[in-house]
Amino acid sequence: MSSQTASTATDPAHPVIDFRDITRVYGKGEAQVFALAGITLTITQGEFVAIMGPSGSGKSTAMNVMGCLDRPSSGQYLFNGVEVADLTQDQRALLRRHYLGFIFQGYNLLPRTTALQNVELPLIYKGMSRDEREARALSALEKVGLGNRAHHDPSELSGGQQQRVAIARALAGQPSVILADEPTGNLDTTRSIEIMELLQSLNRDENLTIVMVTHEDDMAAFSDRLIWMVDGRIESDRPTGKGAA
Amino acid sequence: MFLETVRLALQAILRNPTRSFLTVLGVVIGVAAVIAMVTLGRGSTVQVTSDVEKLGANLLMLSPGQSRFGPSAGSGSARAFSERDVQTIVDQLASVETAAPMGSSSLVAVFGNENYRTSVSGTTNQYLLATDWNIAQGRSFTEAEQQAGKPVCILGKTVRDELFGMTDPLGEKLRLGPISCTVTGVLEAKGASSFGTDQDDIVMIPFRTFARRIAGTSDVRLIYVSVRDGFSTTRTIDDLTALLRETRRIGRGEEDDFAIRDMEQLASMLTGITDVLTGLLSAVAAVSLLVGGIGIMNIMLVSVTERTREIGIRMAVGAQARQVLMQFLVEAVVLSGLGGIMGILLGLAFGAVGTRMLNVPFVIDIQIVLLAFVFSALVGVIFGYFPARRAAQLDPIEALRH
Repeated sequence: MSSQTASTATDPAHPVIDFRDITRVYGKGEAQVFALAGITLTITQGEFVAIMGPSGSGKSTAMNVMGCLDRPSSGQYLFNGVEVADLTQDQRALLRRHYLGFIFQGYNLLPRTTALQNVELPLIYKGMSRDEREARALSALEKVGLGNRAHHDPSELSGGQQQRVAIARALAGQPSVILADEPTGNLDTTRSIEIMELLQSLNRDENLTIVMVTHEDDMAAFSDRLIWMVDGRIESDRPTGKGAA
Repeated sequence: MFLETVRLALQAILRNPTRSFLTVLGVVIGVAAVIAMVTLGRGSTVQVTSDVEKLGANLLMLSPGQSRFGPSAGSGSARAFSERDVQTIVDQLASVETAAPMGSSSLVAVFGNENYRTSVSGTTNQYLLATDWNIAQGRSFTEAEQQAGKPVCILGKTVRDELFGMTDPLGEKLRLGPISCTVTGVLEAKGASSFGTDQDDIVMIPFRTFARRIAGTSDVRLIYVSVRDGFSTTRTIDDLTALLRETRRIGRGEEDDFAIRDMEQLASMLTGITDVLTGLLSAVAAVSLLVGGIGIMNIMLVSVTERTREIGIRMAVGAQARQVLMQFLVEAVVLSGLGGIMGILLGLAFGAVGTRMLNVPFVIDIQIVLLAFVFSALVGVIFGYFPARRAAQLDPIEALRH
């Protein structure tokens, strides 16, 4: 497996995501739309970054490019020092498999599949044995406080619990970056805060890099750094003042 | 990893058992039809072969003319055999156990108020010897009766039952068309032949009686020859041909004006018919397999659409396009394979019932069973590929948004 595309250095200043003048253009000719109109930014290992902005500002597109689900139209994207634009579709899948974890607004759990099996999903593609998978998945579920719900279907879990399962799934693969697209968008304030606290503790305790898109200032406040996007550009990029503590 | 994929496929299939079953119903029916047809075909082939062997695998039939089986084209124009030919064959060839002339005619047999149309066969005791047929009651013809062409007869079981019921037929007078003959014996029951005709529907009279009183000619149109045990049938056929060419003065380069057939030929002709029928019905079954495959493709396409989001999730967590392709392909193959297994079991069940009804042996043809299974799995590969490729080609972002 050609998964050794990057080294998981623990150096705190190690750049994980390095965007250099990234654009993403939809359509052709007259109908061209710049979802990303030239973005340059660096996210280093262990950062907790929130991306905000009005709808259509390119937040989600930026996340998709970071997550190697989408390719930039131009510019350079170095993930752990590796140029992603050069990678084939299969190689990008390997990158996601080994270095990235996703959390979605709608949880995106497989229906009629137990929490444990959902969390095992990324491990199947890592080629792990069944026993190892179960052990890892269970410990991930325990980490998010759902060890006792392992054999429940998503339909039997509350929204907050479902999102915890999704976080456990993202964690199970032991990624270096977690990408969260409006993780609290479907939850009430209490549940949202619980989820954010969970993400924050993962960021602190495990030095996990987290990039999160959100609409809510309250949730963005949990991050160390806030990037504000408008019309496919970064308008402001500043620390929230929490990370310093 | 592959076992994992199969397990995954089974999970996906069992998540909606009713739909899965309906999806493969076409394959189930197709395979069941093939298996049932082949089982019935093989059963009747075995039956025919064993019937023919019972009749005597070492039995040859000689007839004038070059007619093959079927309409006896031109056999009328060819020179007939005579009783002397029968004697010559027995005398000249050491490999011949015995030979009997045979002439037959359909006549109404009358006894008292009862009458019954049956086949009257003019032959000799040698025929009973050649076909291994025993007398159940009474006796066979005496030499004197045969020589003089006396009006005596031996009844088949069916004729005896039809005309005499409970009364003892021995010594009774039976009217056979123009003659009135005395019953000397009753034959052992033989049952139905592989042609489906009742072999016991027969009245035997001495050949000479038949020639003089019924046929009006001493021509022999059919001779049964039985080959002695331990002698090769083919060799005997060659010897017979040589002998008959000589007695009938057929010059070099001229064609035989007679035909010799053995029971193996008869058997292969009969099984040939069964094979053709089996083949035709199997072709129909293959069409239904094709239709079944299209059914699978249809549902797999629906399934890919329904599970677009699942595909997106799998791709997000690191599944490669070929792994998604594999997943759906394996699912289609497992689905159709299961359908194949169900079809095989169903087909064997139908075969078992059918063979019992037709009264032929139940033979499982392992080759066909394996072939049916492989074929049904292949249907899954062929018709599952297109939907699976569609799944693999999904854009993960679009799929997740679905």
